[in-house]
Amino acid sequence: MSDREEVRLMKGNEAIAHAAIRYGVDGYFGYPITPQSEILETLEELMPWETTGMVVLQAESEVAAINMVYGGACTGKAVMTSSSSPGVSLKQEGISYIAAAELPALIVNVMRGGPGLGTIQPSQGDYFQACKGGGHGDYHLIVLAPATVQEMVDFVALGFDLAFKYNNPAMILADGVVGQMMEKVVLPPQRPRRTPEQIAEQCPWAVTGHAASRGKRNVVTTLELEPNKMEVNNLRFQKTYDEIEKNEVRYQEYFTDDADYLIVAFGSVARICLKAIEILREQGIKVGLIRPITLWPFPKKAIHDLGQRTKGILTVELNAGQMVEDVRLAVECKVPVAHFGRMGGIVVNPNEVVDAFHKQFPDAK
Amino acid sequence: MTKEEIKKNGTVVASKPSLLNDNLMHYCPGCSHGVVHGLVAEVLEDMGLADKAIGVAPVGCAVFAYNYIDIDWIEAAHGRAPAVATAAKRLNPECMVFTYQGDGDLAAIGTAEAIHAANRGENITIIFINNGIYGMTGGQMAPTTLEGQKTATCPYGRRPDLNGYPLKMSDLMIQLDGTCYVTRQAVDTPANTKKAKKAIRKAFENSMAKRGTSVVEIVATCNSGWKMSPVKANEWLNENMTAKYPLGDMKDVVNS
Repeated sequence: MSDREEVRLMKGNEAIAHAAIRYGVDGYFGYPITPQSEILETLEELMPWETTGMVVLQAESEVAAINMVYGGACTGKAVMTSSSSPGVSLKQEGISYIAAAELPALIVNVMRGGPGLGTIQPSQGDYFQACKGGGHGDYHLIVLAPATVQEMVDFVALGFDLAFKYNNPAMILADGVVGQMMEKVVLPPQRPRRTPEQIAEQCPWAVTGHAASRGKRNVVTTLELEPNKMEVNNLRFQKTYDEIEKNEVRYQEYFTDDADYLIVAFGSVARICLKAIEILREQGIKVGLIRPITLWPFPKKAIHDLGQRTKGILTVELNAGQMVEDVRLAVECKVPVAHFGRMGGIVVNPNEVVDAFHKQFPDAK
Repeated sequence: MTKEEIKKNGTVVASKPSLLNDNLMHYCPGCSHGVVHGLVAEVLEDMGLADKAIGVAPVGCAVFAYNYIDIDWIEAAHGRAPAVATAAKRLNPECMVFTYQGDGDLAAIGTAEAIHAANRGENITIIFINNGIYGMTGGQMAPTTLEGQKTATCPYGRRPDLNGYPLKMSDLMIQLDGTCYVTRQAVDTPANTKKAKKAIRKAFENSMAKRGTSVVEIVATCNSGWKMSPVKANEWLNENMTAKYPLGDMKDVVNS
């Protein structure tokens, strides 16, 4: 355990594991799947149960793992799981229950190409699944899209902080690139895990087993058979989502001050697009970038306001065009919005982004 | 004889455990669930576990178990109670964590979670109500439905060539190194009910002593699903269910 900041070189997946321990996470429950198995491997190697007391468990399936997260979260503990696309599909039932039970939890999806078993190479094909529901019923996750290994570290803390602030599950939606690449990271000092007293204060609803001394029993359930009461629950969830949309939108702007055109991209693709923008600016075309950091809540207003000042928007994604729908909605179709993407685990390169830009906006100069 | 006269004569042999609240139970008259709920509440009370207990309720008729026993509860997704209980116990090792699951929940959709939690030797108790039918959804075939038994989804009787064989879950559980106690009980008579209570107590003691997973299967009646009177259902249980699912301790590492 280190009570100081540490500068290290590591993979995004390893960074998640280190960040989880240092945040004071109580439990991690996972199941191996490429390209994110290093998260579980690193945790097992670091043996945090010997130091912070963190529980690490390899479950029998992704289904079991997410239900372990549900069980742990019900007791007020800071718990998480991680997986990659096919595994995250299996977790959707549990994620819906966690959202319905208004529980804080962190889910990491290091995306690979789909559909089906697909490929183990990077993708951003789970944008719809993460941002538009995924599981059954009306709910939202707080979805964070890291572009650097440092953000893999930082978003563990941010994800848990937001999850506990709103009693709502958060997801780190990373593409396989961010999971697999190595970068320099600053690891935060070790935080102590919360005490039972702190948990009881922070999570008065938690199922801690102490019904008698609490003087009332706590029950976590997602079942409500009376329509009038269930709708009250639904309205309460929606109110939470409104609050999150109001308070938690995060994004980053690059070269937008003088931009005639805009590229919108998230995760590692945003960094590739920065190189494309450098080339385009060398050609005299003023292009800016918006990188949504929260994919839900989506930076609608920022894209709307900036979009109005531009002649066209290109979204670049490692999918067939998913976020592009939200960009079109954000600008209310008042600005031409085009999509460029690669699939199958192929990562875009800056030159093809430049080519795609010229193809979509041939008059740009 | 009135209730007061019975009390005056000092002949009270059983009373409502204080952990069992006054909420009106949704179970059908004659159903075994109410009896088993009473036993769980009694054992928790006898062992002084009211301030340490976490129950994990299933999907099925016992989905509302949390309404009746005054302890902390988690309502799990269908079949996932042993996974939920695994985390609850590992993160709160001082607690008495148990699941309460029916045959559809535990032996069909949740087979993987039940087997693997038991194989890891999680220090939990699994209370398994085996009535050979899906009660909550209206009497469909369960994995434990007997050969020839008629249900809504095998209306001409269960045929092994079409539907496979009744799954003897506890027989599987005894094979796992993680289980310390596997027993099959019933609550059809006062004598059997007393035995079942002892079994639940032993299971809870194992869980608190961290000896591994305990499984208490209760061969139960579902007179509504079986379309029988409560008395007839008890008879049918004795004639048919316990022939396939014989009662008694099947594994007990402490007393072997």
